[in-house]
Amino acid sequence: MATGAAAWFPFARAAAIGWMPVASCPMPLAPRDNSKKQDELIMLNVSGRRFQTWRTTLDRYPDTLLGSSEKDFFYNEETKEYFFDRDPDVFRSILNFYRTGKLHYPRHECISSYDEELTFFGIIPEIIGDCCYEEYKDRKRESLERLQDDQEENKDAKLPNMNIRQTMWRAFEYPHTSTMALVFYYVTGFFIAVSVITNVIETVPCGATPHRKDMPCGERYTVAFFCMDTACVMIFTVEYLLRLFAAPSRYRFMRSVMSIIDVVAILPYYIGLVMTNNEDVSGAFVTLRVFRVFRIFKFSRHSQGLRILGYTLKSCASELGFLLFSLTMAIIIFATVMFYAEKGSSSTKFTSIPASFWYTIVTMTTLGYGDMVPKTIAGKIFGSICSLSGVLVIALPVPVIVSNFSRIYHQNQRADKRRAQKKTRLTRIRIAKSGSANAFLQSKRNGLLNELLELTGTRELEQRLIRSTSVLESQHHHLLRCLEKTTAHEFVDEHVFEQNCLESTLQSYPSHSSSLSSQDSDTFCCCGRRSGTRNPLPHSRDSVAPVSPLGPLQELSALHIQSSQLSLHPSSRSNLNLRAEDSIRINCKGGRVTTAIISLPSPPSLREGHHHHHGPPQRRATPSIQTTTSSTPTSIIKVSAL
Amino acid sequence: MKSRSQEQSLSDSRELDRSHDPLTGSVIDEGELFTVSYRPEGLDRLVQQTNFSKKELQILYRGFKNECPNGVVNEETFKSIYSQFFPQGDSSTYAHFLFDAFDSQNNGAVNFEDFVISLSIILRGSTADKLAWAFNLYDINKDGCITREEMTDIVTSIYDMMGKYTYPCINDSDAKEHVDNFFRKMDQNKDGVVTIDEFLESCQKDENIIQSMMMFDNVI
Repeated sequence: MATGAAAWFPFARAAAIGWMPVASCPMPLAPRDNSKKQDELIMLNVSGRRFQTWRTTLDRYPDTLLGSSEKDFFYNEETKEYFFDRDPDVFRSILNFYRTGKLHYPRHECISSYDEELTFFGIIPEIIGDCCYEEYKDRKRESLERLQDDQEENKDAKLPNMNIRQTMWRAFEYPHTSTMALVFYYVTGFFIAVSVITNVIETVPCGATPHRKDMPCGERYTVAFFCMDTACVMIFTVEYLLRLFAAPSRYRFMRSVMSIIDVVAILPYYIGLVMTNNEDVSGAFVTLRVFRVFRIFKFSRHSQGLRILGYTLKSCASELGFLLFSLTMAIIIFATVMFYAEKGSSSTKFTSIPASFWYTIVTMTTLGYGDMVPKTIAGKIFGSICSLSGVLVIALPVPVIVSNFSRIYHQNQRADKRRAQKKTRLTRIRIAKSGSANAFLQSKRNGLLNELLELTGTRELEQRLIRSTSVLESQHHHLLRCLEKTTAHEFVDEHVFEQNCLESTLQSYPSHSSSLSSQDSDTFCCCGRRSGTRNPLPHSRDSVAPVSPLGPLQELSALHIQSSQLSLHPSSRSNLNLRAEDSIRINCKGGRVTTAIISLPSPPSLREGHHHHHGPPQRRATPSIQTTTSSTPTSIIKVSAL
Repeated sequence: MKSRSQEQSLSDSRELDRSHDPLTGSVIDEGELFTVSYRPEGLDRLVQQTNFSKKELQILYRGFKNECPNGVVNEETFKSIYSQFFPQGDSSTYAHFLFDAFDSQNNGAVNFEDFVISLSIILRGSTADKLAWAFNLYDINKDGCITREEMTDIVTSIYDMMGKYTYPCINDSDAKEHVDNFFRKMDQNKDGVVTIDEFLESCQKDENIIQSMMMFDNVI
């Protein structure tokens, strides 16, 4: 039931009284409507703009948000209104739908935002009224095409495991993906051009020599041209065979237009090779040479414009067909008329109707060579009619073809533009993303440093380090830390990760102490984390947690934080705010476990003791901050920033 | 007072855009026939004339005006509204009869007053009134008696509303049987027509009919 018909439902029920006297069976009981509310006004507050409507208006469509009990979720008790945090402009259309039963699409709205609102309020877009439906569909199709184009470009992304065939095919189809492909692309283009030019020059008369008459270059330098031809054909053959090999579906490839062009381009040569100078077939052989000109079509792989043109012609097939048909009709008509008009005159060139075809075509296309002209008056009259109509007949289908071409061309331009913009867009997005990731890492460091600084009592740096983070940010960071804790891994950024991997492959591990081996062995992959390291870490006044062998997993996070604090240079304390590059290096296989020892530039006696006890290799950092809180050798002290 | 030339040019322009028919001299408006909008007399008068309360009339009018902004329902709109409630079958014939029953002034349009007066009878009237209204509905030519043909038409139109997919299948004899039953029940003097008195008498004797007449009383 749609439209305001719901308002007329009581009438329909009442009208059923007409059936009662005629009824053959007793009627069923009517359903009880116990909730007999009086119709009341409902207040809808959409982002501050207030809309009011009757409850029954909304009840007309019970399978939408506003018509069902779903809106109770948005009820605000204090203000006694339904509050929706959505776009009020689009809401206008939606509310009008309830009122009038027709959903209109406001043309100035973005199609995707409109769709979102419709989905939110549970209205299917199919019920958009006829007045706006076409526009809606057009816009929707456009946006879908755009999305599709974007997705297609994502396919350009490198697939991890491609065998030779797939790599080759990708190189052939998308030459911009690799340098090799680009080289191949240009080489083939060059040879196509060379081949075409030689074909052309072959026929140019080369200049007469005293003992020979003027002959075309092709016959003068037969050998040279033959070598050139052979070279080109060999390249083309090799290219064709490579493509055939790399094609994912060979059968489909062989049927495609481009491959047919390739074959037609190289076949004449081979046929010429195979056939000897047999007089009978040499005529046919000469004809075959004509096909060499098809090599120029191979350029369509290199030129997008050519492809667009071809595609346009294909898509305008019906218009072209119509053009051809109407032209043929007109030609036949006018040729007949001209023939009979000129029949009377003597020595006329219009010897037959087919002979008149030539005149008609030349006249209709306004060429007017002048080799055939009508001489009789009737002939001249009909000739002029013929030329006038020719202009019309040709001019009619052409705009359709042109508009098709323009549309396809612009679509292509748009795709190219988008591809170019995409790079910058992606970089910007990546920067933003890494910004947030870095923020997290930064905050971790800051948090740790804050704690450290607290215990050392140096407040000056603290001021610098305290960053005002919003509540949302801090909650987000907390969430990320929970994730880290769960998986016992940590977030690092790209550079560090790569560096780690690089280092792990380069470095040997001479300083692995025995204690290390006694601890849990490397149980993780390159990206995992070494477990079981312990570190004597200076700890704040807070609790000292004794660490079990499994505990180190947790510790490691602390560990990493620590190491990020390390300044690898003998520099001042101010270097504590390290860049991300100097941070975590543990993530690689067999990566060295670095202790984060933050010790004050005081005699590191305490540290030594710790080291000795839990002997993983350390990376000394001087100066480092060491707490003065002592820790017994047995207890593991860690500074947990998490 | 238009001068001749002005009149001439006016009619010329009307001829050019073909809105003026020189034969009949009438202005053919390509829009709706009923461009005049109709307003009901007044809420209070309607409250007096019908058995509805003010609030009920307000609700009714809002629905009515929503569907027909110009204040009158013509038969096409009537049929389209009614057909929305019976999507399976063809309700246009029955809607036509209903329209005739509602259209008390027989001018091809149902305005709000007609609408609400009929509804008042159906929903708030006495049983006798309701039966009289039903009789009026069945009496297609409004001559005071229901003939067999009229009844057959009515019954066929009701069966048409059922549509094709019914169980058991509707065949042509069903309607005829139905009409025969009806006449057997109602036509007491067996003269082939049912008058209003016969109708009222027979219906009031039938408990089922009386019961069902009261079923839709609280629809509004």
